[in-house]
Amino acid sequence: MKALSNPLVALGGFIILLTVGMAIFAPLIAPYDPDETVRVTLDSIYARPSSQHWWGTDDAGKDVLTNFIYGSRVSLIVGFFASLISIGIGGFLGMLAGYSGGRIDKWISGLTNIFLVIPDLPLAIVLVALLGPNLLNIILVIGILGWTGSSRLVRSQTLSIKERKFVLRAKALGASHLHIIRRHILPHVLPLMIANAVLVISLAILNESALSFLGLSDPTKLSWGQMLNFAFTRGAMSAGAWWALVVPGFGIVWLVLGCTLLGHGLEQVLNPRLESHHLMPNPHMTSIQTKTSEAAPHLAKKPKEAS
Amino acid sequence: MLLRKVGWAALTVLFVVILNFFLFRIMGDPTKIFKDPRLSPAIIENIRIRFGLDKPVINCFESLRPFKFKPELCAVSPFHTQFSAYVTNLAKGNFGVSFHSQKPVSELLRQRLWNTLLLIGAGQILAIILGMLLGIIAAWKVRTIIDYSSLLVALTAWSVPTFWLGMVLLFWGSTQFSLPLGGMNTIGASYDSGWEQFKDMVRHMLLPTITFTLVWLGEYMIIMRSSLLETLSQDYVLTAKAKGLSTFQILKDHALQNAMLPMVTIIALNLGFTVAGAIQIETVFSWPGLGLTIFEAVERRDYPVLQGAFFMLAVCVILANFLADMLYSTLDPRIRS
Repeated sequence: MKALSNPLVALGGFIILLTVGMAIFAPLIAPYDPDETVRVTLDSIYARPSSQHWWGTDDAGKDVLTNFIYGSRVSLIVGFFASLISIGIGGFLGMLAGYSGGRIDKWISGLTNIFLVIPDLPLAIVLVALLGPNLLNIILVIGILGWTGSSRLVRSQTLSIKERKFVLRAKALGASHLHIIRRHILPHVLPLMIANAVLVISLAILNESALSFLGLSDPTKLSWGQMLNFAFTRGAMSAGAWWALVVPGFGIVWLVLGCTLLGHGLEQVLNPRLESHHLMPNPHMTSIQTKTSEAAPHLAKKPKEAS
Repeated sequence: MLLRKVGWAALTVLFVVILNFFLFRIMGDPTKIFKDPRLSPAIIENIRIRFGLDKPVINCFESLRPFKFKPELCAVSPFHTQFSAYVTNLAKGNFGVSFHSQKPVSELLRQRLWNTLLLIGAGQILAIILGMLLGIIAAWKVRTIIDYSSLLVALTAWSVPTFWLGMVLLFWGSTQFSLPLGGMNTIGASYDSGWEQFKDMVRHMLLPTITFTLVWLGEYMIIMRSSLLETLSQDYVLTAKAKGLSTFQILKDHALQNAMLPMVTIIALNLGFTVAGAIQIETVFSWPGLGLTIFEAVERRDYPVLQGAFFMLAVCVILANFLADMLYSTLDPRIRS
């Protein structure tokens, strides 16, 4: 629970929890039913925010607040599952490359470098357009295209841990590869993978919203990106309906910011970076030492056992 | 070393060629879209022959969807398949014909490529300069209110969807400052001079460029900050300080040059994402570039254009990455050896 004292982790975690709560309890919170048929009159299209519709209505006369609350579900689902796929592929390949080294490492790193260069949003657009825009395809495409970053991260982390003395000792004692990976490598790589997964979620949400905005969203599932697509293509801007524009966009920024803060915060806790230097009026160079021992007690506490 | 880098770039292009071909085969026979009952099977067969669709997709496979594996087709000459035809056409610069406008795709893409490069170039240069400046200030004033607030602004800027920022700026700029709603030039305008035409284009470019800059500013700032922090904690900075150099001198002569190296890598790696941003920004501002072409091609299901545009984007990114890689090794003498 030490992580919670990091302000980034606390703030990011709070934002995400709030959004998840909103998505789960959407039927209780939302003032209207998103699927209910509304009788559209000229006045109910892009109606200004009022006591009935706190955040106004959209091009079909539907309540923007209700759509906003239900729209969070798609972002969360796509973000979570796509990130899971990315981290699964990236973690597996990265660990395989880092641990086995040699030719396997060369092949996997080569493949990673090739995929890293291919622009992912255009490829995602092509794939979703060809396969058909439904939720499953969108999750799969975003997930499968997002593994390169995690793979590189996990590989370098595995490489550095592989050479640590406790791994070498386990090897000398005759531990199997599977045992070393499970008991020694994974516990050290996993925390970093989780921090990375949170950051990958934010990327996946941004990609999903961009695909939806370009018209590649599941037509049966209401999402923030889709709301913005409707606002853009159905004249919200010329109608001056800023609420149809600001509300869903705020949702995306809010959730992505939450994931970014949490991810960066976790990274800071796990892997403290330098926060001081020689040009500061009062250098705190010593604080780095204490920070390392806090973050990685297994390395600092019992150096004798590790060597 | 150079040869190896050229080899990697070539390999990546080859990978894109293969990927691009097979992606567009998994959707099946394109003549299925001819649903008109007046079209006799003979005519459709004629069309298939004209576009080479009667040939096997590649050796051993008649088609990929429906998946038809035919051992007797393995003996076909490798130059008599759809794949070989695709590669030969690509090598000749022939990207096929647009379903929508019936014009050659390469002709459509050529002009649009320059428009995209213009937009990306202007936005990136501004973002790099401003981001680096802010990053230097944040690193220098580390752990002060300036540092924290600039970090928060940078993280927020990173979290904003590009297309949404564009929409908000478009809404605001067009109502408050009566800036144009999109496009590259005022439609139907005639200009007295080249200068007038240039001014009109700048007015159109203003909002998309600002969007681009804001989106990328945050990332460059964060990287510059952490890179400079790392450099400033090196011992040679302490030595320079002990020699009595001023803060400005240390930053200018010792720290910045070394802190620049990671920036070059990041800028290169970002090129792929820049393209993603270009698609969104061009769509919002109707900027006639490759990104808008992709959006329109998706809407119209204009597959030849989509295929060509994706290929061109990918090759541009690979090329830019290659150039950045070369630049990096000339900048850092440690890598050259």
